[in-house]
Amino acid sequence: MKNSEIWIAFYTILIKEIRRFTRIWPQTLLPPAITMTLYFAIFGNLIGERIGTMGGFSYMQYIVPGLIMMSVITNSYSNVSSSFFSAKFQLSVQELLVSPTPNWVILVGYTLGGVARGLLVGLAVTVLSLFFTHLALENIVMTIVVVLLTSIMFSLGGFVNAIYARSFDDVSIVPTFILTPLTYLGGVFYSIDLLPEFWQNVSLLNPVLYMVNAFRYGVLGVSDINVYWALVIVSLFIVALFSYGLRLLNQGKGIRN
Amino acid sequence: MTYAIEISDLKKRYEGGFEALKGVDLKVEKGDFFALLGPNGAGKSTTIGVLCSLVNKTSGRVSIFGKDIDSDFASAKKHLGVVPQEFNFNVFETVFNIVVTQAGFYGISRAVAAERAEKYLKQLDLWGKKDVQSRMLSGGMKRRLMIARALVHEPDVLILDEPTAGVDIELRRSMWDFIKKLNEQGTTIILTTHYLEEAEQLCRNIAIINSGEIVENTSVKALLKTLNQETFIFDLDKSLPSGWSSPDFNLTVVNDGSSIEVEVVKGQSLNKIFKELDAIDINVVSMRNKSNRLEELFVKLIKG
Repeated sequence: MKNSEIWIAFYTILIKEIRRFTRIWPQTLLPPAITMTLYFAIFGNLIGERIGTMGGFSYMQYIVPGLIMMSVITNSYSNVSSSFFSAKFQLSVQELLVSPTPNWVILVGYTLGGVARGLLVGLAVTVLSLFFTHLALENIVMTIVVVLLTSIMFSLGGFVNAIYARSFDDVSIVPTFILTPLTYLGGVFYSIDLLPEFWQNVSLLNPVLYMVNAFRYGVLGVSDINVYWALVIVSLFIVALFSYGLRLLNQGKGIRN
Repeated sequence: MTYAIEISDLKKRYEGGFEALKGVDLKVEKGDFFALLGPNGAGKSTTIGVLCSLVNKTSGRVSIFGKDIDSDFASAKKHLGVVPQEFNFNVFETVFNIVVTQAGFYGISRAVAAERAEKYLKQLDLWGKKDVQSRMLSGGMKRRLMIARALVHEPDVLILDEPTAGVDIELRRSMWDFIKKLNEQGTTIILTTHYLEEAEQLCRNIAIINSGEIVENTSVKALLKTLNQETFIFDLDKSLPSGWSSPDFNLTVVNDGSSIEVEVVKGQSLNKIFKELDAIDINVVSMRNKSNRLEELFVKLIKG
């Protein structure tokens, strides 16, 4: 395919993906907005006032970056996993497989579809948080880079999940049993300085901790870890997941007999 | 000579060891109207799956309009349009978007895609449903939608896998009129069907696949010439006298004597049986083949 044709194929996949999640907005965009509003109201306002400050900020201010990141992570992941699995389930993935669209374009198209939803939800949650607290962006470049890379990484993860999934249960297993615990234990609600040393060290094995802290650094200027390590780790995950996802597509795993 | 489709020594072994294709060789000429026939599980769908990249082959070579599907897959795929047996579109998407999106996957700009979508949806009588979600369409409409989608990149070869399964007679006829016109305009058509009278009426050349091997590959005319015997049903104006038999033909009395089945060997004249019936004052009011001629050959070839 010529470059111009590849661009059209990519753009077609991306627009198809964006159209999908905006068409079903009560399932995709509304729930995270409601959930996060409840988090802000309950954890931030009601409980947070009794907790006091954390890292030099009000508890509400402290948890907002983590909650934004949590929305980005779960929505990026679930958009790609559910969309690509649905395409497999309905056989509509064959529309792409019979076409000359290269596999890497399919992977990039679906991934950026997940990024689009992740960022849109992240933006909505950020706007909602402003009704509860004040946010000052300390490092706008770091904020944007971290949220973008994290969204790409989890979109790629969702794609790999969808390739392996054989049922809708398989699509929900990873978010429920892996992603949610990692996110809740990834420093969204607390600083790891509060943990005993052993659990601090265990927490350092959790990749979500690096992303949440790097994002918090961008927004508030505080972090439990070296934020540049976070960028390196996320970048390595992206390279690994992209390579693996492309390899699975080339093999036709789960999509070709 | 460049063929529309050229398959050499194509083998496919599925996980678990089942050998679906055991070295298929097949050539389809440009502009042909070609039928690929075979019983269920013979290897038709696997062959088509390999052609359109939905099945990974184990070995062998496949080229479409001279483009190898391994080394030049993008060019090969541009030549090919596929109408699969199962509905395989997003059921929540509108008819128009399904067709235009498919064009996008071939690198066709939205403006051109929209023009073509309008053209083919109008030709297939679906333009009035363009904004309807595809799940709301009837079975026949869904089938036509898949034809429009397969044509939007204007392929040189169109593969139709059981396209008239579950489609009513009127729609089937209009669908075939449309496909015949496409063929007349130069598109190579490859068809699999269980309705053998369709293959006999429409196709010029034919291949019969059984147990993963091509058992016959010739023109429909040449194949029909090999038919040695046909059975005709005669409807009579009154019943045959009891015990009456023909000296020249094997016949079986059916429907309480109001009809007879007559076996006619190749080269035998039907005039004789008409004369014999006329001699006993019985008129034949209508006659027809007991079964489709191609069907008889098909069964014979499959049974070996």
